[in-house]
Amino acid sequence: MAQVRIEDLTVQFSGGTRALDRLDLAIEDGEFFALLGPSGCGKTTLLRTIAGLVLPSAGRVVIGDRDVTRLPPGDRNVAMVFQDYALYPHMTVAENIAYPLKVRRVERSRRQEMALSVGASLGLGELMERRPAQLSGGQQQRVALARAIATRPDVFLLDEPLSNLDARLRLEARTFLKRLQGELGITTVYVTHDQAEALAMAHRMAVMDRGVVRQVGTPVEVFQYPANLFVAQFTGSTPMNLLPARVDKGALTVGGRRLPFPSGSYRLREGDRVTVGVRPEYMDLSTVERHDGLPGRVAVVESLGVTSLVTLEGEGISFQVVVPENRAPRAGERGWAVADPARTLLYDDRGELIRAF
Amino acid sequence: MSTRDLARLDAGPRRAHRLVNRVLTYLFLVLVAVFFVVPVLWLLTAPFNRAPSFTVSLSQPTLQNFPDLFKNPYSASSLLNSAIYSLGSVVLVGGCAGFAAYALSRVEVPGRNLILIVLLLLSSVVTGSAAIVPLYFIAFNLHLIDTVPGVILLMSGGLLPAAIFILKDFMDGVPGSYEESARVFGANPLQILRDVVAPVVRPGLAVIAVWIFVNAWGNFLIPFVILRNPALDPASVQIFSFQTSGGQAVLRTAAAFALLYTLPAVVLYLVVQRRYGFRFYGGIKA
Ligand SMILES: Nc1ncnc2c1ncn2[C@@H]1O[C@H](COP(=O)(O)OP(=O)(O)O)[C@@H](O)[C@H]1O
Ligand SMILES: [Mg+2]
Repeated sequence: MAQVRIEDLTVQFSGGTRALDRLDLAIEDGEFFALLGPSGCGKTTLLRTIAGLVLPSAGRVVIGDRDVTRLPPGDRNVAMVFQDYALYPHMTVAENIAYPLKVRRVERSRRQEMALSVGASLGLGELMERRPAQLSGGQQQRVALARAIATRPDVFLLDEPLSNLDARLRLEARTFLKRLQGELGITTVYVTHDQAEALAMAHRMAVMDRGVVRQVGTPVEVFQYPANLFVAQFTGSTPMNLLPARVDKGALTVGGRRLPFPSGSYRLREGDRVTVGVRPEYMDLSTVERHDGLPGRVAVVESLGVTSLVTLEGEGISFQVVVPENRAPRAGERGWAVADPARTLLYDDRGELIRAF
Repeated sequence: MSTRDLARLDAGPRRAHRLVNRVLTYLFLVLVAVFFVVPVLWLLTAPFNRAPSFTVSLSQPTLQNFPDLFKNPYSASSLLNSAIYSLGSVVLVGGCAGFAAYALSRVEVPGRNLILIVLLLLSSVVTGSAAIVPLYFIAFNLHLIDTVPGVILLMSGGLLPAAIFILKDFMDGVPGSYEESARVFGANPLQILRDVVAPVVRPGLAVIAVWIFVNAWGNFLIPFVILRNPALDPASVQIFSFQTSGGQAVLRTAAAFALLYTLPAVVLYLVVQRRYGFRFYGGIKA
């Protein structure tokens, strides 16, 4: 069990790609920490640097109270689950789980015992003599987890462990993994490009973009108060409405319409250009005219099951609203989208969140 | 007439044409097969014939050719020598090529594919007869003439580049994550090679081992040039001694010996084929 601290970490590859750029991060002991970001933003590189598979060009990696920056991977007491699971095809499940213990010179009978008990606790009891090729994707994933757990690491490093599973299984595995982490209490760094996964599983998360961290926070903080437009656009299952606006006599002009300020008071000057951000889930659709609503014509209605996602075309802008299943309008109807003032955000002209006070 | 009838009319001559084509093809294939099968049939029948000739026949069956063969003191020793040279080459080339291929597959050496290709081209020269004189001088100066290590080293040198080339391709096929996960568990490079990489590329190693064995087993030129002492001669050289003082081949013993000489290679192929199936992933991947 240990805290992980990343200090001023830079990784530059020989080709010149700067995968991580002066990155700072502190991951608490026992925490389930998600690294979220689009493909190529440096998540895997950060994970591999913590594991010791990549040597940083500058900066430090500290696990517990040890500076491990220059230690080889095997001396860091971390365990990593790779995206492809990296199960050895010539070994049985039991041998795969026991292999790290063999490397650590645990005596044969003891390591067999440990492999069996860890395997059984992950529901692999019946499969111990099979080879990886004879397992389903979900089973392979659990074998990879079991192999990592059996080493009793200080830190778990998981690189998109669910991305090779089909959608249904992914949901089950998500719950399973979160419960497992809670029971083991091992500090876990979890890489994913799927914002829903990060929001669902993590205690805290970091959103990354091109080698830098754009926001760190709990899933609720990140979801409700994205610190900048990048995070705002990257999180949420439906994209946040981001509408250009201008401050005009104590109100906001959006799409030719004057709307009230969101809750809270802001330090803004007359004429300032801002971006209004509000998630479709935090907007309501009215079929009668509302002075605080954005008028538009319904262009598309997409059923999301329990809810529907309605796209409206307004005056030079379009925006989306999520409505309950029984209130879905028909295409072509007029509607007024009303934002929840407590959930409406303002971003300045550099794309940073303007905090209310 | 509809277009379909037209097509049918047209199909008549075309079908005849196709038939002729096919007959010619099969005739050609039969000729080729005869060309290759007859020597094999000879090899299977002549050793059991009391008076073999250059025809395929079993008119006077006997097993006496084999005891007669071993009256020659060098018959047995040459087969044993062949086994020593071949197995020695398998161990030496297999070991060196294994390490070299692993390193070349995993370490980014600038221009490594070029290195491999140049090595490969050179090796066909080195094993060929063109370089036999310089090879002889090298062996002479290293006091390797008429020695067992001399034969093994010279044969291995020629086989090594191709072995590296083929093995590297197998090594390239092993996902990097296998080794990286082992490294995170704390395995050192030798453990990784032994526990993870070698077992995964075992089919490749088996193919290479057989290939080396068969090549060394069949090598005539190098032992012929390097060795003086007939007690050290391998079977490939010994087979030329089954002749009368007049230079006439003694077919009875020569055929029996040829059969014994062929068997190990065939058996090896079959064993490996059964266990692994032959897979040559030749060529360079981008
Ligand atoms: N070994 C490497 N050599 C050179 N560039 C690399 C290497 N590994 C990753 N990169 C580059 O670093 C950047 C970050 O990659 P990665 O960490 O794999 O991103 P992610 O996991 O977030 O998709 C990418 O631009 C990628 O092309
Ligand atoms: Mg990645």
